[in-house]
Amino acid sequence: MALLQIAEPGLSAAPHQHRLAVGIDLGTTNSLVATVKSGSATVLPDEHGRSLLPSVVRYTEQGEVVVGYAAQAEQSRDPNNTIVSVKRFMGRGLADIQDVGRSPYRFVDAPGMVQLLTRAGAKSPVEVSADILRTLRSRAEDSLGGELVGAVITVPAYFDDAQRQATKDAARLAGLNVLRLLNEPTAAAIAYGLDNGAEGTYVVYDLGGGTFDVSVLALSRGVFEVLSTSGDSSLGGDDFDHRIYCWILEQADLHGLNAHDTRLLLTCAREAKEALTEHADTRITALLSDGLTVDLLLTQAIFHDISKTLIDKTLLPVRKALRDAKIGAEDVKGVVMVGGATRMPHVQKAVGQYFGQTPLTNLDPDKVVALGAAIQANVLAGNKGEDEWLLLDVIPLSLGIETMGGLTEKIIPRNSTIPVARAQEFTTFKDGQTAMSVHILQGERELVSDCRSLAKFVLRGIPPMVAGAARIRVTYQVDADGLLSVTAREQTSGVEASIEVKPSYGLSDDEISRMLTDSLAYVQEDIAARKLREAIVDAEGLIAATSAALAADGDLLDSDERAQLDAAIAGLHSAIATQTTREVNAATQRLSQATEEFAARRMDRNIQQALKGKHIGNL
Amino acid sequence: MSTDFTQDHFALFNLPRRFAIDTAQLDSAWRTAAAEVHPDRYVSGQDAEKRVALMRATRVNEAYQTLKSPVARARYLLQLAGIDTAEETNTSMPAAFLMAQMEWREAIADARAAANVDQLEALSQQLRGDVKGLEAELGSALDEQADHAAAALAVRKLRFLEKLDQEIGDAIEALLY
Repeated sequence: MALLQIAEPGLSAAPHQHRLAVGIDLGTTNSLVATVKSGSATVLPDEHGRSLLPSVVRYTEQGEVVVGYAAQAEQSRDPNNTIVSVKRFMGRGLADIQDVGRSPYRFVDAPGMVQLLTRAGAKSPVEVSADILRTLRSRAEDSLGGELVGAVITVPAYFDDAQRQATKDAARLAGLNVLRLLNEPTAAAIAYGLDNGAEGTYVVYDLGGGTFDVSVLALSRGVFEVLSTSGDSSLGGDDFDHRIYCWILEQADLHGLNAHDTRLLLTCAREAKEALTEHADTRITALLSDGLTVDLLLTQAIFHDISKTLIDKTLLPVRKALRDAKIGAEDVKGVVMVGGATRMPHVQKAVGQYFGQTPLTNLDPDKVVALGAAIQANVLAGNKGEDEWLLLDVIPLSLGIETMGGLTEKIIPRNSTIPVARAQEFTTFKDGQTAMSVHILQGERELVSDCRSLAKFVLRGIPPMVAGAARIRVTYQVDADGLLSVTAREQTSGVEASIEVKPSYGLSDDEISRMLTDSLAYVQEDIAARKLREAIVDAEGLIAATSAALAADGDLLDSDERAQLDAAIAGLHSAIATQTTREVNAATQRLSQATEEFAARRMDRNIQQALKGKHIGNL
Repeated sequence: MSTDFTQDHFALFNLPRRFAIDTAQLDSAWRTAAAEVHPDRYVSGQDAEKRVALMRATRVNEAYQTLKSPVARARYLLQLAGIDTAEETNTSMPAAFLMAQMEWREAIADARAAANVDQLEALSQQLRGDVKGLEAELGSALDEQADHAAAALAVRKLRFLEKLDQEIGDAIEALLY
C-alpha cells in the first residue's frame, strides 16, 4: 500500500492527489452534503448515521446556534427563535412574502431582504443559511479528514439573480469556496443520467419543500443540455402541509392561535401528510396550550381534494417548459421525480397522467440532488473521472432594462444557454443630458413594476449632445453560475460604468470578509503570514502553468510577445524573492494580464483542432 | 483582441455561409466547441484563462443561438450582406398579409372567448405550417435568388407569426390553468 502524502499546510496539493470537494443540497426542509469517494457518490451522514440535516436553525438562550434535528425538536416550544424553511426568504423583501401571518416569525423590513428578529438579534436569511452550511461543512471536514477545496451548491433552477446571489453569499460566509452554483434539476439529471446511461429528452420534475422546478434536458453521450426550465420559487411540500393545517383550523373551528400552537399544528400537518403516503387515512391529535384537544381523521381522499389545486399549479410550468423547448409531452422519454414532496402518490399519479407514462422514482428523491452536485464538484475540483461530460445550463428568467414609460425591454431572453452576453444600444432623451440611469430587471412581464428589480446604477459624464445623438451601449453578461454583471459605455466618449449585480441588500464583499476574519476559525491564524503564503502559492502556480503552456504552444507567439511573457515571469520571480504580499500580488496580476492573449489563442487552437477531429471522425 | 472574433458564426463552426444548413452538424460543432471553452473546464485554472474562457464560451453560445433559429440566421446572413431587416422601423407590409393577420387575431380571440382549447391547438398547427412555408421562401430568396429585399420581408413576416404563436400559447395556458 502506498503511503499517504500530506502536503504542507497552505501549499496546494500535488496534481494527482484527490482534492476534497463536496456537493451541497441546501434545501427548504432538509439539507445534505455528499462527496465522491473512490469513484462513487455518497451522502455523508452525521455521527448518528443520519443523512438529512433538517434546515432548522435555533438561537438558544445561552447564545448557541443549534442546527438540525435538535433545533427541529424545539421548534414548537421556541418558535420565534427557531427558523425553519429560511430558503423561502432568501433574496426576498417583506412585500414578496405571501401571507406573512403564516410564519411565526417577527420580520424586520430591512432594505430589500427581510430579516428575522431572534434573541440573537436580527438575522438575515443569508446568515441563517450560512449556519446550516457551516454545519454541513464541518460534517464533511470531520468525515473526510481535511479541508475542502470547494463546494458545488445547488439552487432551484427557477431562482432569480437575487436568490442566487444570496445563496452564494451564504456559502462564502460559511467559509466555503463555491466552485459553482448548480441548478437542482440539472444536478438530479447528472446523478440519474450517469447511473442509467440515459439518452434522449428527459423531464426533471422537482417538487421540494418550498420550491418547484421543472427542467427539460437533452441527454446525449457526454452532454447534459438544458433546453428549458420553469417553475415556481414559492411552491412546495410546505404548501401541502399548510393546506392540511387550514383544514384542521376549519374542522376544529380554531381562531387566533399563538405561535406555539401554530407551529405544533403545522408539525402535525406535516406528519399527517407523510403518513398518507403509505396509509389510506391518519389520525391527527394535538393538545393546544389552552388545554383544548384536537382529534381529527384525515383521509387520502380529503387530502387529495384539498391539495388538488397545488398539483395543478405545477402543471402550468411543466407546459411552459415543454413549449419553450418546442416539444410535446409525447416526445419525452422519461420523467425523473426529485424532491421529498414527489413521494405523495397523487403527485406521481398526476404527473404520470400528464406525460402518459410512469415517472421514474428509482433514485431516492431526497438524495439525488446532493449526489449530482457531488459528482459535478468532483470534476470541477480537478479529480477527473474516467468519463468526462459537459453541462450546458440556461437562465430561467429573462433579463431586461427599464425604458421610457416604465416598460421592460428584454435583453437576454429566458432559457438562453449560459454563459451568455447581449448588448443593446440606447440613446439620450433630452438635449444636453449628461447622465443615464440603468435599471436592471428580471422577469417575463412588460411592466417594470411586475418584474424583479435587481439593481440600478447611473452612467455619468456623457458629453452634452442633442437628444438622440449619444450612443450608450449596455452589455449584460451572465456567467456559468447564472449570475449577471452589467456594463454601460458611451460609445463616442468611452465613458464607462459597470456593476456586478448585487441586489441592494446583498452583503458587500467587505462585510463578508470582515465577518470571515472575525469568525473563530481565523482568529488563531497569523493572517498576514497566511496571505503571503497564499500569494506565493498562487504565483508559483501561475509560473508553472505559463511555462507548461509555453512549452506546448510557444509557436503561437512571435519573438516580441515571447520576450514580454518571459519578462513578466522573471518579474514575478523577483517579486517572490522580496517576500512581500503586495509585490507578489501585483506581479501575479501583471503576468496574468500578459498571458490573456496567449490563453485566447490556445483556446482557439483547441476549438479548431477539436472541430477538425470531429470532421475526420464524421467522414 | 485575437483574430478569432472577426470570424463569422458560420466559419466558427466550419459551416458553409448559407441559409440551408445541416442542423445536426451545427449541433455537433457547437457541442464540440462549447466543450473546449466551457468555464467548467477552467474552474481551477488561472484568472486569465477563466476570463478568456468566459468570453469564448459566450461567443460560441451566441453563434449557436443565432444559427439555430431560422429567423435569426436569416437576419444574420442579411446583416453580413450589409442589409438591415429594419424590423422595428419598416412597418409597411403587403395589404394581403395585414388582412391575414387580422383574421388570425380574430380567430384566436374567438377561440379564446369560447374557451375552445382544441381550436387553439388547431390554430397553432396551422400557424406552424405557415411558418414552414415562409422559411422555405426565405431559403430560396437567400440561397438561390440572392433577393435580399424578399428575404428581409420574409423575416419581418416571420416576426409577426412569432407574436401570433406567443398569443396562442398564452391563450391556451390562460384557459387551462
